[in-house]
Amino acid sequence: MNKPYNNFNATMALAKASFRSIMRSPSAVVFTLAFPLIFILVFGFLGGGGVKIDLAVSPQSDLQNPVIKALGQISVIRLINNKNTDEINVALEKGNYDAVINVQRNAAGKPAYLVNVKYTSASMDKGNILKSVLNNLLYTLNTQNIKPTIAKLSETMVTGRTYRTIDFILPGQLGFSLLSTGVFGTAFVFFSLRQNLVIKRFFATPVSRSSIVFGEGIARIGFALIGALFIILVGHLLFKFTLIHGAITVINMLLLALMGLIVFMGFGFVVSGVAKSESTIPPISNIITLPQFLLSGTFFSIDAFPTWLQPISRALPLTYLNDAMRKVAFEGAGLWDVRQQILIMIIWGIGIYAVAVKVFKWE
Amino acid sequence: MEKRKVIISVKNLVKKYDDFVAVKGISFDVYENEIFGLLGPNGAGKTTTLEIIETLRKKTSGEVFVDGHSIDQDTNKIKRIIGVQLQAAGYYPNLNLIELLELFSGLYDVTIDPMEMLAKVNLQDKAKAKYKALSGGQKQRFSIATTLINSPKIVFLDEPTTGLDPQARRNLWDMINEIRSNGTTVVITTHYMDEAEQLCDRVAFVEHGEIIVLDTPDALIDNLVNSGFERKKEVKKANLEDVFINLTGKEWRADN
Repeated sequence: MNKPYNNFNATMALAKASFRSIMRSPSAVVFTLAFPLIFILVFGFLGGGGVKIDLAVSPQSDLQNPVIKALGQISVIRLINNKNTDEINVALEKGNYDAVINVQRNAAGKPAYLVNVKYTSASMDKGNILKSVLNNLLYTLNTQNIKPTIAKLSETMVTGRTYRTIDFILPGQLGFSLLSTGVFGTAFVFFSLRQNLVIKRFFATPVSRSSIVFGEGIARIGFALIGALFIILVGHLLFKFTLIHGAITVINMLLLALMGLIVFMGFGFVVSGVAKSESTIPPISNIITLPQFLLSGTFFSIDAFPTWLQPISRALPLTYLNDAMRKVAFEGAGLWDVRQQILIMIIWGIGIYAVAVKVFKWE
Repeated sequence: MEKRKVIISVKNLVKKYDDFVAVKGISFDVYENEIFGLLGPNGAGKTTTLEIIETLRKKTSGEVFVDGHSIDQDTNKIKRIIGVQLQAAGYYPNLNLIELLELFSGLYDVTIDPMEMLAKVNLQDKAKAKYKALSGGQKQRFSIATTLINSPKIVFLDEPTTGLDPQARRNLWDMINEIRSNGTTVVITTHYMDEAEQLCDRVAFVEHGEIIVLDTPDALIDNLVNSGFERKKEVKKANLEDVFINLTGKEWRADN
């Protein structure tokens, strides 16, 4: 009894207990990991391919000729063989195929082959792309060994970083994961600890209030950051999510995640104080998370929104977290480069904690 | 009676909630190493009084000293030497009993062996169970285990046997007697008079926020008998509860 009471031990005991509890809570795991990962998987597999043109090869077509061979090597074009005319016609009408090609050896001799292409009005865009691909291809084939008489085209390409769908989607999903863990998790935990008199029992021990808040906070932050790291690594290893400076980028992202999370937990404290019953927590939390989910550039760039909506988007904290995350991950920005975004998050943090201190209830 | 050391001293304690006065100037002393009972109907002010002594509630006026510490200044010193079982308390969700005891040992900043604590309340085989999965009697026993973590000088038990079956009740009585025999003072509230008669060294009757009488159960019964009171019905040597216990056994049962 003589040794002084150690608040740190109490805080860590609470953090450990809370972390164990979170790991065993299905909703926490689902919201923090499963949801974002599902979105990332869906978009990861959807994206990256770019434009594909489905070009059916007519059953009457000759297959052993330079035109078909060259087409087979163009990445934009997917050749579809072994379909009968009826099937091809139905698919063309629906726009499932973009065109059908029929190459015939020319009995008359010159030119050696006749190429017939039938487009469909159901897919004009891709038809037009195909048109220029074919023009280019036939020009190249026809002008082999011939010196151009008017102008010679030479093409080169700048090697840039490929901006994949995952590079846009992952930071958004990460932000959303942090938002939902921060708001829902914090709100539910403090509400239920209060409601079920767990906190009252804590108060009968020498533990201080700040130890309770910090212990809970450490556990939730630890859990969310492990989740964030997991999401980043899955994205990077499976879907080639761009991490320009490797580990440093990851650390910067985690620091941003920490800042975002602390702000979002502030919302959670407010919700736990405002909610009158357990069943009012989800609607109140949704009022906070859903608009940010939709308007903060989680799925679509804010620039794609109508102009009247953009100011609302630019007022939300998740917008700035997403923005900073994308800059850090894809453009290789350091934390100082995204100080404006960080500053706005800090302003949000100060505001929300000022409210939280007012409305938070212990009993 | 020899002069015994006072461990809790309550003087003119008053608690007002808005315009309702829950405790109206209560005074009493609890002696070291006794089992002290606060008896009375629901709403009499027992729990409020207890929670003020436990430093969980603010008093309106009066003085309370626990082992020489004033509840006004030394709440943390008091919290370290008392064990508190609340009438209704929850425990951290998703944790098993061992993990909960580890948590509490951290909150009290003491080192304990969780299994040893569970053995004290005969819950070793429930070590990996969640609190929610325990029966009523097991829950109360676990609650008592959490009050013993910091080897307290005083343990407060607020209606520990409410809602328990006769076996579970008797098991708990045995446990409370054992806690006392280890040198701990026990303050208990109940509205079962047989329980108070069995357990308590002294009892205080609380009614409408006031103590109407305070004495040993024996003295209180004797006073009533001396005043000429007689039970309407001849008392038999056993009652129905004795029959129940006799038929169903007093042994520990898996479900209590």
